[in-house]
Amino acid sequence: MMNHTLKNQYNLRPGTIITGKWHGNNYTIVKELGYGANGVVYLAKHKNTQVALKMSDNGMSITSEVNVLKSFAKVQGPQTLGPSLLDVDDWRILQGGPAISFYVMEYIQGPDLLSFLHKKGKSWAIVLFLQLLSDLEVLHENGWVFGDLKPENLIVTGPPPRIRCIDVGGTTMQGRAIKEFTEFYDRGYWGLGSRKAEPSYDLFSAAMIMINSAYPNRFKKTTGGISQIREAIRQKPELLKFEKALVKALQGHYSHAKQMRVDLLNVMVDKPILDPSLPPKRTDSGTTVNSQKKVPQAGRQMTRQTYRKKKKKSGWTEFFIIAMVLGILYALYTFNKLL
Amino acid sequence: MYTGKIRQILLITDGCSNQGDDPIAMAALAKEQGITVNVIGVTEKDIIDEKGMTEIEGIAMSGGGVSQIVYAEALSQTVQMVTRKAMNQTIQGVVNSQLQQILGRSQSMEDLPPDKRGEVMEVVDELGETVELEVLILVDTSASMKHKLPTVKEALLDLSLSLNARSGENQFSVYVFPGKKNDVEKLLDWTPKLQSLTSIFSQLSTGGITPTGPALRTALSSFSQKKSIRSLLSRDDESYFEESI
Repeated sequence: MMNHTLKNQYNLRPGTIITGKWHGNNYTIVKELGYGANGVVYLAKHKNTQVALKMSDNGMSITSEVNVLKSFAKVQGPQTLGPSLLDVDDWRILQGGPAISFYVMEYIQGPDLLSFLHKKGKSWAIVLFLQLLSDLEVLHENGWVFGDLKPENLIVTGPPPRIRCIDVGGTTMQGRAIKEFTEFYDRGYWGLGSRKAEPSYDLFSAAMIMINSAYPNRFKKTTGGISQIREAIRQKPELLKFEKALVKALQGHYSHAKQMRVDLLNVMVDKPILDPSLPPKRTDSGTTVNSQKKVPQAGRQMTRQTYRKKKKKSGWTEFFIIAMVLGILYALYTFNKLL
Repeated sequence: MYTGKIRQILLITDGCSNQGDDPIAMAALAKEQGITVNVIGVTEKDIIDEKGMTEIEGIAMSGGGVSQIVYAEALSQTVQMVTRKAMNQTIQGVVNSQLQQILGRSQSMEDLPPDKRGEVMEVVDELGETVELEVLILVDTSASMKHKLPTVKEALLDLSLSLNARSGENQFSVYVFPGKKNDVEKLLDWTPKLQSLTSIFSQLSTGGITPTGPALRTALSSFSQKKSIRSLLSRDDESYFEESI
């Protein structure tokens, strides 16, 4: 993990008032929200509104993040990329002492992605991923790559639930080297690509986040490479249905978030048609386009059935194993009684 | 465009030196030559003793670099983070002294208003991406390091992956100490890729003393007589920086 450095050196107490050296705004610290490699984030109050205030002894990283947020602010449309930037300033703890850089941003309230899914159920997962991919598309169009994309950096606000990215510390201009990353979500770590900032880098991370949602404790690299991750996907039914899209993202075959989004959506839309318990109403009303589509769908249905069969088979073996274990236990029991 | 080079020594060790020159003095010597010394202390269950800790911090401090103690599992992340951090520090140092030349003695990046600072930061970022980097990696192969060496190898491969994603050029060289015959032995001469390490590393023998000081001294002489980044400061006051101030 990246975040193993300096635990909060300032340790500001609630009630501390921070006054900016340049703009003179006052912020009252409410509590600490979190800390990472690049500083500490506090919840603070400014004129009765809640804001998030990030502070670091490394002025460089603060400045660099501010640059990213400023450029996000120029992007047209609903502001969902990062938190919106409110103020940038320095603070002197002691008169004449060194100044600490900080910036103030919108406070995005809500649980992180994995806690949200844990609480509200996994059916939300795909909705949030589709939202994330739309956001990434806008981010990429504007020449950036998020970089350190991971569940801890994704907050679900609402209602209605909406995914938001926080912590732009890893956000890198396209074509440069990724500034900051976390191993599990980094394609370089898995031996599946470079650390150059390009859209496919984020899409790899996004796929790993989907996998992470089925494996809350993540997993360790053993052999690495696509084979290990594909195996992990196949062991979880909620991932298996997205296998094609996930593997494509992991191998860097998507150059746009939009393409991945469309593929994931198709899986979701196809589902009712594939369900054998429902009469195939949609294909009835279908045009020629639909009938053309039928062929691969039939193919898929077949694979589904074989999958079921396999499941049935494994059900029988399970039954035999349990029966045998019980039998052995009973034999031991009677044997003991006889002695 | 800026044509400087950043030179670093990355020392990976798990304890205290016990022979030859004082490594802290050697690190200071490196700094005088414009070479930054970073130190990573690798621990496992065994904790590095206080003496070793003091030495690790001392080497990095007098070598103008960064030090970090980590568990073996976190080595990959740390190696690339430390290298990058030290690189940014050097660049920041260069930019700061440029600023001082332009704005006067007392001015540094921190004295600029936040808006201006952002513009300077873009220059720093740009330099970090494009500057030429030379990293000499010095690996402690004393007996206690033996089972950590596979992790060290992984971490070094990971480092080259990170750095080669930049558009600037990289040169790596690897030395181990103690060597078979001498205090220190060259494992890999200057090369842009570290992939060839894979085969060499598995044949490494470990054991013996920990001559950190002499190893640092040999490392220094390996950096050829090319001009260091510091001497560049006085040489070119390029217009490159001026547009952003």
